[in-house]
Amino acid sequence: MGSLVRGLSRTRQAVFGRLAQALGNTNITEDTWDEIEAMFLQADMGVPTTTELIKRLQARVRRDGLTKTSQMNDAIKAELRGLLNTPVPLNVSGRQLSVIMIVGVNGSGKTTTIGKLARRMQLNNRKTLIAAGDTFRAAAIDQVQVWGERAGVPVIAGKPGMDPGAIVYDAVEAANARGAEILIVDTAGRLHSNFNLMQELKKVYAVMGKVVPDAPHEVLLVLDGTTGQNALTQAKKFQEMVNVTGLIVTKLDGTAKGGMIFAIHQELGLPIHYIGVGETIYDLVPFDPDRFVAGLFDELEEKES
Amino acid sequence: MPMFENLSDRLQDVFGQLGRKGTLTEADVDTALREVRIALLEADVNLKVTKDFIKRVRERSIGAEVQKSLRPAQQVIKIVNEELVATLGEAGRLNLSGPSPRVIMLVGLQGSGKTTTAAKLALHLRRDNRKPWLVAADTYRPAAIDQLVTLAKQIDMPYYAETIQSSPPDICARGVEAAKNAGATVVILDTAGRLQIDDHLMAELEAIKARTNPAEILLVADAMTGQEAVRIAEGFNQRVGLTGLVLTKVDGDARGGAAISMREVTGVPIKFLATGEKLDGFEVFYPDRLASRILGMGDMLSLIEQAEQLYDEEEALRLQKKMMKNEFNLEDFLGQLQKIRRMGSFSKILEMIPGVGNLRKQLNINDQDAQQRMKRVEAIILSMTPQERRNPKLLNASRKKRIAAGSGTTVPEINQLLSQFRDMQKMMKEIGGAGGRPPRMPGLR
Repeated sequence: MGSLVRGLSRTRQAVFGRLAQALGNTNITEDTWDEIEAMFLQADMGVPTTTELIKRLQARVRRDGLTKTSQMNDAIKAELRGLLNTPVPLNVSGRQLSVIMIVGVNGSGKTTTIGKLARRMQLNNRKTLIAAGDTFRAAAIDQVQVWGERAGVPVIAGKPGMDPGAIVYDAVEAANARGAEILIVDTAGRLHSNFNLMQELKKVYAVMGKVVPDAPHEVLLVLDGTTGQNALTQAKKFQEMVNVTGLIVTKLDGTAKGGMIFAIHQELGLPIHYIGVGETIYDLVPFDPDRFVAGLFDELEEKES
Repeated sequence: MPMFENLSDRLQDVFGQLGRKGTLTEADVDTALREVRIALLEADVNLKVTKDFIKRVRERSIGAEVQKSLRPAQQVIKIVNEELVATLGEAGRLNLSGPSPRVIMLVGLQGSGKTTTAAKLALHLRRDNRKPWLVAADTYRPAAIDQLVTLAKQIDMPYYAETIQSSPPDICARGVEAAKNAGATVVILDTAGRLQIDDHLMAELEAIKARTNPAEILLVADAMTGQEAVRIAEGFNQRVGLTGLVLTKVDGDARGGAAISMREVTGVPIKFLATGEKLDGFEVFYPDRLASRILGMGDMLSLIEQAEQLYDEEEALRLQKKMMKNEFNLEDFLGQLQKIRRMGSFSKILEMIPGVGNLRKQLNINDQDAQQRMKRVEAIILSMTPQERRNPKLLNASRKKRIAAGSGTTVPEINQLLSQFRDMQKMMKEIGGAGGRPPRMPGLR
C-alpha cells in the first residue's frame, strides 16, 4: 500500500492541496465556484462532468444552507464519491480457466501492467499463464517475457510478425492443457481510430471463444492516467469493438490526476479494477473509490486541522 | 489526421451563429468566446493557457480594431486565427549547424513514443542527406534496447547499444564517440521514459546532457495528453532545457490541445508530428497550417505537398495540356485514380480541402466504402482495351457486357462511371477555356 499512498499523495498535493488554500474559511462567493471549477477542469474531469458536479454542489449548498467555503470539503467529497460505484471483483473464478484480455492504445502500459497483474494472480495461488499477443511492436515479445520471468509466470509466445490470433488460440489451448486457472492475453497497442487494427483486435477477441466458449471473461482496457478528454473516446471505441469489461489506469504515480475516471465511469459504467503507481512489479494496486476520494482530501483536511 | 477536428467544427458552429447577425456586440463576442473556451478545454488545452488566450482575443475583438472591410464575425475569426498561429509559434526546424556529429537527445514520459520516434527521425534525417546513428540509452524498460535495435535493422540504420548493466550517460558518451569515428553527422539518443518529478532520473538526463553536449533536446509527447501536458513540459524544460517538441500519435482522434499548452508554457517550438505505426509516418510541423485546420479552413498546403510527391513536373504539364485540349481520357483517369489511392484515405484528403470539414461529416464518408468503390472503378477501366480507354465512345452494349464480366461489376456501374467521366471532361473544358489560363490544381503547375 506504500506505493498507493505515495502515488496518491503526489496527486492530491498537486490539485487538492491548492484547493484547500484557495477555499480557506471564507464565505462562498462566485470566486469559490470559479476556483472549484478550475480544479476539476485541471484534474482532466472534462467540461460536462465538471458542469454537472458544480450544479449538484450548488444544489447541495442551497439545500444544506452552507455558507462557509470550509464546509465545501465534505460536499465535494460526497459528490465525487457518488460518481464512483464500488468495484466488483474480477470475473476470474468459478470455472477451470478464466481468460483476461488486455487492450489499449500504444504506450498506455499494457505489457508492464500484465507483469504486475500476473504476479498478483500468482501470489493468490492462481496458476497463471501469459499469452504474448503483441507480435507487431519490435521486441514486445521479449518485453513480456522479461515480465513473465519477474512474475514467475510462463509466457506462451510465437515469433514476431505472426498472426496474433494464431498465437492466442495456441495459448488458450496450452492453458487448458496445462490446467492453468488464469490466462492473461497481451495485445498490440493500437489507436482506437485505426479501423483495420481494431478489426484485427475483434478477431483476436473472437478466437478465444473457439477454445473456451465464454472466453474472454474479462477485457481490461489499460488507460494512461495522463490522457485527457480522448480517454472517453478510447473507452467507448474499445468497448464497442471488444466489449471491454473494466479499466486499469496507469501512470498515476506522477502528477496526473486521473480525472477522466469520473467521466468514463459515469458514461460507460465501466468499473476501475486497478491503478498503476510505479515501475516495479509491486506497483499495481486495487482501485478503491473510498480511498481514492478520501485520499484526494487527506491533504485538505490536514491543512485545516 | 483528424487532430483538432472537433475544435474546428465547434468554432465553425460558433462563428456560423455570429455570421448570421449584422453587428457584433460585446455580448456577442462573449457568447462566442465562451464556446471557444469550452472547445479549447475539450481539446485538452490547459485551463490557464485557455484563459490567457481568450483574454487576448477578447481584448482585440472588443475595441477599435474592427476593420471596415470585414464582417464582425470574420474579424473575430481572423483574430482567433492570428492568436492561434502566434501561440503555436514558428515552424520548427532542427538546428544542426556546428561540428559533426550533432547530438539529438529524445526525452519524455513512459509510453510517449520515444523509441519509435528515434527510428522515424533517423529515417527522416537520412532522407535529408544526413548520416544518422541511433544510440539505445534506455536500460530500464525491459527489451527497450532490443526494440531500438530491431527498428534500426528494419531501416538499415547504424546504431550503438550496450547491455543493461551500463550506465546511460556512459552509453551515450561512448555511442557518440563510436558514431563520430564511423563518420556519422547526427546521433540520436533514445533515453528511457521518466516522470518529470523523478529527481534521480532527471539528474541522469542532466548527466547525459553534460557528457554529450546535444544540439537538440526534444520532448516526445503523446498528442492525447490532458491538462498534465503543462507540468510535463515545464518539468523537462526546467531540468534539461528543451529545444523542441515532437507530438506523437497524431493519427488518432485526440484534439491535440496539449500541443498548444506545451508550446505556450515552454516557448519551445513544435518541430515534428509523428503519425502511424510505419516508420515513415513523420512530418515537419507547420503552425499556420494547424491553425487553419483548427478553424476549419482545411490544410490545402499539406494536400498540395502530398500531391507533389506523387506527380513529376513533366507528367503534370502533359496532363494539364491534355485537360485543356479536352484530350484527357480514361487511361489518364486511371493513372490519377491510382495516385489518389496512394495519397491515403478519402476522408483524410477531404479534410485538407478548405471548407470541407463539415461536409465530410454530412456526407458520412466511409473510407472502406470509398476505397472499395475506387477499386471497382479501377477494375472497370483495367478491363477495357487501350483503345476503349482512349476513346470511351467505342463502348457499345456488348463491349460493356464484356467489361462487366471481366471486372466483376455491372453494366449500370459502367454507365455511371462513363457519365461521371463525361461530366468531368465538360468541367475541365470550361476551366481550361476560362481566359486561357491553365487550371490550377494541386501539384499541377
